Amino acid sequence: MTFQVVLNTVIAIMWAVLWNSYTGVDFLLGYIVGIFILFVLRRFLHFDFYMRRVFAAFKLIALFIKELIMSNIDVVKVLLSPKFDIEPGIIEVPTQLKSDWELTLLASLISLTPGTLSMDFSEDKKSIFVHSIHVPDKEQMIREIHDTFEKAIMEVTH
Amino acid sequence: MTAIEWIVAILCLIGGFLSLVGGIGFIRFPDVYGRTHSATKSATLGVITVMVGTFLYFLLAEGMFSGKILLTILFVFLTAPLAALMVSRAAYRTGVPLSKLTTQDDLKKKYPEARKDVH
Repeated sequence: MTFQVVLNTVIAIMWAVLWNSYTGVDFLLGYIVGIFILFVLRRFLHFDFYMRRVFAAFKLIALFIKELIMSNIDVVKVLLSPKFDIEPGIIEVPTQLKSDWELTLLASLISLTPGTLSMDFSEDKKSIFVHSIHVPDKEQMIREIHDTFEKAIMEVTH
Repeated sequence: MTAIEWIVAILCLIGGFLSLVGGIGFIRFPDVYGRTHSATKSATLGVITVMVGTFLYFLLAEGMFSGKILLTILFVFLTAPLAALMVSRAAYRTGVPLSKLTTQDDLKKKYPEARKDVH
């Protein structure tokens, strides 16, 4: 992946030099041309086309923004209702993610969505302890985290 | 008012409203863990919407691309979860009790010593 980014940057610089105009817009245009060239030549390169991962990363960001807005609405509803009807709890959420980097990302995303807060990791790095302000159904909450964030992160890193 | 001004005003008002809700939550939640929620999270989206409104104003009304504002959003994203994790974990390890409403506690088995005299 690093090699492809370097290659793409070189193409962008060559593009700017050939047009003899060194602005950010030219560089960006050259970068897009480079992405297109790499896409066309992806069969001859002996590795994955790296933009696939970038698309997956954008999908993850879009999913995160959606979750952020939806769960914010939920939390505002809970907070402003006259009857303060909550069942907080700490739940152990098992995860398949391996590297420290992925675990940090997952814990941060869980923390950033309102209503859930990652509190601690287990010793063997196989689960995250999540505090939630409203857990009527433990299994459903674990499933939601697996289906949304964990799946999206795995698409980016694999 | 132009359309841009309306959008910016609405975004800033949403941000202010969310920060207010965060403050209300700070008073209403029964224990330290719930308060960490409202102190860090309602504020997150509140700060982001205010910042996006500011960014759009400078970009569209003044014609200035302000990278500083985008960096602010990034730093809020980096620091808020870490601060929340540190505060809640420190509270749990030193034995701050959970509220009476709490239905389950999976973390208890990891720190049996620290939680011995609680409940």
